[in-house]
Amino acid sequence: MTLNALLQIAMYLAVLGLCVRPLGLFMARVHEGRIPLGMGFLRPVERLIYRVCRVDATVEMDWRRYAWALLWFSFVGILVVHAVQRLQGVLPWNPEGLPAVSSDSSINTAVSFVTNTNWQGYSGETTMSYLTQSVALTVQNFVSAAAGMAVLVALVRGFVRRTAGTIGNFWVDLTRSVVYILLPLSAILALALVSQGVVQTFAASREVRLLEAAAGPDGAAATQRIAVGPAASQVAIKQLGTNGGGFFNVNSAHPLENPTPLSNFLQVLAILLIPAALCLTFGEMVGDRRQGWALLAAMSVLFVAMLALTVAAESRGNPVLDALGVSPTGGNMEGKEVRFGAANSALWAVATTAASNGSVNAMHDSFNPLGGLAAMWLMQLGEVVFGGVGSGLYGMLAFALVAVFLAGLMVGRTPEYLGKKIGAFEMKMASLVILLPCAMVLVGTAFAVMLPQGKAGVFNPGPHGFSEVLYALSSASNNNGSAFAGLGANTPFYNGLLGLAMLVGRFGVMIPILAIAGSLAAKKSVPVGPGTLPTHTPLFVFLLVSVVVAVGALSFFPALALGPIVEQLLLPS
Amino acid sequence: MTPHARQSPAFDRKLFLEATRDSFLKLAPRNQLRNPVMFAVYLGSLLTTWLWIRSLTTPTGEPSGFILGVGAWLWFTVLFANFAEAIAEGNGKAQAASLRRSRTEVVARRLVDRRARTTEDVPAPDLKVDDLVMVHAGEIIPADGEVVEGVASVDESAITGESAPVVRESGGDRSAVTGGTRVISDWLLIRVSTLPGESFLDRMIAMVEGAKRQKTPNEIALAILLAALTLVFLLVVATLLPFSRYSVEASGQGRPITLTVLTALFVCLAPTTIGALLSAIGIAGMNRLSRANVIAMSGRAVEAAGDVDVLLLDKTGTITLGDRQATRFHPAEGVSERDLAEAAQVASIADETPEGRSIAVLAKTRFGLRGHDLQGREHEFVPFTANTRMSGVDLEGRVIRKGAADAVDRHIRDQGGTTPASLQEEVRRISRSGGTPLVVSRDAQALGVIELKDVVKGGIKERFSELRRMGIKTVMITGDNPLTAAAIAAEAGVDDFLAEATPEAKLALIREYQKGGRLVAMTGDGTNDAPALAQADVAVAMNTGTQAAKEAGNMVDLDSNPTKLIEVVNIGKQLLMTRGALTTFSIANDVAKYFAILPAAFAATFPVLKSLDVMRLSSPASAVLSAVIFNALIIIALVPLALKGVRYRPVGAAQILRDNLLVYGLGGLIVPFVGIKAIDTLLWAIGIA
Repeated sequence: MTLNALLQIAMYLAVLGLCVRPLGLFMARVHEGRIPLGMGFLRPVERLIYRVCRVDATVEMDWRRYAWALLWFSFVGILVVHAVQRLQGVLPWNPEGLPAVSSDSSINTAVSFVTNTNWQGYSGETTMSYLTQSVALTVQNFVSAAAGMAVLVALVRGFVRRTAGTIGNFWVDLTRSVVYILLPLSAILALALVSQGVVQTFAASREVRLLEAAAGPDGAAATQRIAVGPAASQVAIKQLGTNGGGFFNVNSAHPLENPTPLSNFLQVLAILLIPAALCLTFGEMVGDRRQGWALLAAMSVLFVAMLALTVAAESRGNPVLDALGVSPTGGNMEGKEVRFGAANSALWAVATTAASNGSVNAMHDSFNPLGGLAAMWLMQLGEVVFGGVGSGLYGMLAFALVAVFLAGLMVGRTPEYLGKKIGAFEMKMASLVILLPCAMVLVGTAFAVMLPQGKAGVFNPGPHGFSEVLYALSSASNNNGSAFAGLGANTPFYNGLLGLAMLVGRFGVMIPILAIAGSLAAKKSVPVGPGTLPTHTPLFVFLLVSVVVAVGALSFFPALALGPIVEQLLLPS
Repeated sequence: MTPHARQSPAFDRKLFLEATRDSFLKLAPRNQLRNPVMFAVYLGSLLTTWLWIRSLTTPTGEPSGFILGVGAWLWFTVLFANFAEAIAEGNGKAQAASLRRSRTEVVARRLVDRRARTTEDVPAPDLKVDDLVMVHAGEIIPADGEVVEGVASVDESAITGESAPVVRESGGDRSAVTGGTRVISDWLLIRVSTLPGESFLDRMIAMVEGAKRQKTPNEIALAILLAALTLVFLLVVATLLPFSRYSVEASGQGRPITLTVLTALFVCLAPTTIGALLSAIGIAGMNRLSRANVIAMSGRAVEAAGDVDVLLLDKTGTITLGDRQATRFHPAEGVSERDLAEAAQVASIADETPEGRSIAVLAKTRFGLRGHDLQGREHEFVPFTANTRMSGVDLEGRVIRKGAADAVDRHIRDQGGTTPASLQEEVRRISRSGGTPLVVSRDAQALGVIELKDVVKGGIKERFSELRRMGIKTVMITGDNPLTAAAIAAEAGVDDFLAEATPEAKLALIREYQKGGRLVAMTGDGTNDAPALAQADVAVAMNTGTQAAKEAGNMVDLDSNPTKLIEVVNIGKQLLMTRGALTTFSIANDVAKYFAILPAAFAATFPVLKSLDVMRLSSPASAVLSAVIFNALIIIALVPLALKGVRYRPVGAAQILRDNLLVYGLGGLIVPFVGIKAIDTLLWAIGIA
């Protein structure tokens, strides 16, 4: 690793570390209903939303009602996004005159954006009209992130409340997340990105004259069409909301989506910003910030370990090219943008798969096998290393319950976490949270490599083809959305399978989490005594990391052995 | 001490043979279904057996001998799990059998006419609640009940194992008798309090036999986690078949992984170690409890004991010796201490109360004063009355009295004397420090004060500090005034006290602690303890206590030792720790098994995967077999730990966690690497692999 790479990564971690506390405490205030100073001007907006949607903000919901509200909201979201895509041909803001999106792709995309996955089987600039991009997709970028945050806040209330029947109001949590957190942050980031040259316009694509005629399949071309559109506003929320759905097909590798090293830094910072800060929000809301720091520490340990692996893998050249003596300096540069380099591409890849973001600034498919393995495995861990907005932390909390349970047994005391006793019901739900995405990845991959429709999409037969399928299922089932590419996934088979994976990975986790929230809220709180196992210590962080790694490693070791591990071993050394 | 209960869980021959036989009997599917992890292994064994039979007729390319080897060891895995459970049950059954022997067919003498004392003989099972039965010396008490009349010594060794007889009498806190015990002297008239078949002895038998053993909440939660893990591994293994087929297709070499290897991999990965030992751990915990002479009415209570935050203890008989004892003589000015002691002793000759006797004892130990022989001297005893609140003796014209300070003061003034101010000050000082002052007078002269104090039991302070290290707060309950209570609390080293306690106050205190989320344990013996016992989360009733107290509690301590709760807490914690340790061990084991089996399974498809074979095992077949054999043998190797339990030490939770993670986590990671390599070497040496 070069000093340059080290410095860039150190600076990234330092800036992220500095932002965590103020933002975390800010979000805690928002969700406790104590609107922070300076945000009062948004109050009327919040009230207006309640009035228009006829929401009674004072009504408290039990976990079942909360879950129903969430499901209804998401279902309607899927319908709307689907409808807009199907009707975009006759709707305005379509300067390119793009036709309706195909039915299976449209459903897949609708599910993808509503579940905060942002898997993209289509190519943005040639498929979606400006209306679809900004009204259907960008809206979901906001509300799907907000829904994740709402579920987290509901779970936190489960820990905080004692012998309570309710866990908050979904509509209020959703609205506050959007109005006070996501909108202001996105506005700031969008302006910053525009300053770096990210495009923001409703004008149609431009025909420009090439400086030098280029040879194409149809002979020499002197001009090129440059796709533009309202990108900056969408890119800001795509990063902040851990959505990852790019405006352009190549996502943040595109020069108009991510033009400069500074825009790259801001975007990769935005990826982890809210998931990391939510740890502190959690600590603040449960009344013990150390608990938040401990979870953040556990996430950071895993993050840094995978980052080290990826940077090490990518700063080495491709052994095949090395053997031919044509390897570029600066590491494995195939599929990477020269303006970012290997280190920044590796950092982005780890951040985007650690968080369930999924945007890319380099092609993961071209990574060295171990780099690809790190990205894949971070998703397979259940997207709990930072993870999605809200969803990462509630997933990590499910792991914490398992860790606490094991620790409780080992110290001879009925397990308790933050004063709540962990019983059979919580274990059942936590098991579901961990089991469902994991099962979806394995079973989905099995179907894809068994059925002819699945095998048809694999363009690179062999271990790498297997890695591509495994990556796609890992990405969809854990709501990441990034792709290894190299897999022809815009087919009815993959659109259906991955759509199902996204739904299972999202709601199969959210509903058990809400059930845990309800069950915990109803419990008494046990005061801390000398026999209580502290859950803010390095020892607990170590145990939590061990549990996450053990589950992830034991579940995916055989599959990874047949994919990236074999690929690595097959490389000429 | 106890013939049945002190038996050690040694693998004696008979027990071993019975357990071996039971391991086979437990192969019935109905038995296996109760444990999802082992049921999955059971199905795996059936599958491999079928694969082996098929391979005999239609060769598949996989050697039949290999399939047989894997199949056989899978069956051993199931059998070893059965054996662990059977040996734990065997210990309990041995106890139950000896209990049952004591429950011989008894003929009861049912009272027909209470006044005339006429009785009729009925078999004990025909007795009904509220029947009155007469039991004479040498006869066995036919049912649990309450003594209505009579005093007798009763041999309760059948239940408690304690050979010294105990006194049972009507009224008070010693009125409960247990069916199956024997009256040694005198007679008792007993009111039957439970139906036959529901007696204490019956419940005890049912408990040790495990007939009524229900899964505790914690056990259920763990079972869910284990089932989830099993399911994950089932998916991992099941999806490995298509993955392997695809890889073979893509690489164009090797053969897909066989069902035999897949089954072996699944059984190795599934948490079989803990799954196999889970029920043995639970049964062994109950056995340990009954070896400690505590009968628990449910496993739930034992587990709850491990979580206790607050322990309420009765002062009298628990923290202090039963009665107040004379500890010092404080003579008045101008009186020698010996003179005072002598007068006090004379005044106490006729005082048969424990306090009176303790005065005589103190005088004897301080000055070697023997009991005065008043024979031949003119004397008249003056007994204590509630009116005078004094007692003493009129000896040859001298009036010697002892009693409460104010009563004696009045008596002295009646005689024309006064109590010196310094003595009154001494009286007040003793009261303040929690003691009881008794003033002694001779004629009109106040001789001095005897200080009576509650004497804290030896060693109790150490026990309490042990409890504190366990994280348990001790609260003393007493009827004394707050001043006295505070003094004793300080001396005994309890954390808190409840003075002037009424049954209502006790109940309120427990509820208050529970409202704060704390788990409350209580020990008690009296009928007035019953409501509080019923409210407490863990309630240990003394066996010497009343029937009401025993009914209200969820444990009965046969030794009637109030600090037994420390052992119960230990057992409760051990139960959880053993489960936790073995779960961690079981999961940590999987790493080595992957490194053994995966390279073996895919070596033909991707020869490069050989480099994952860090143990350098001799052949793929031997690698798979070694892993399966290790997986089976580790169960047997851990049976003693499951029965004995992981040791609990009262250090902080973090320290215990660190130690156990090191031993069972790190150990669980390393041991199988060594074990599998050793088995592989052995297989290679004897030429199987």
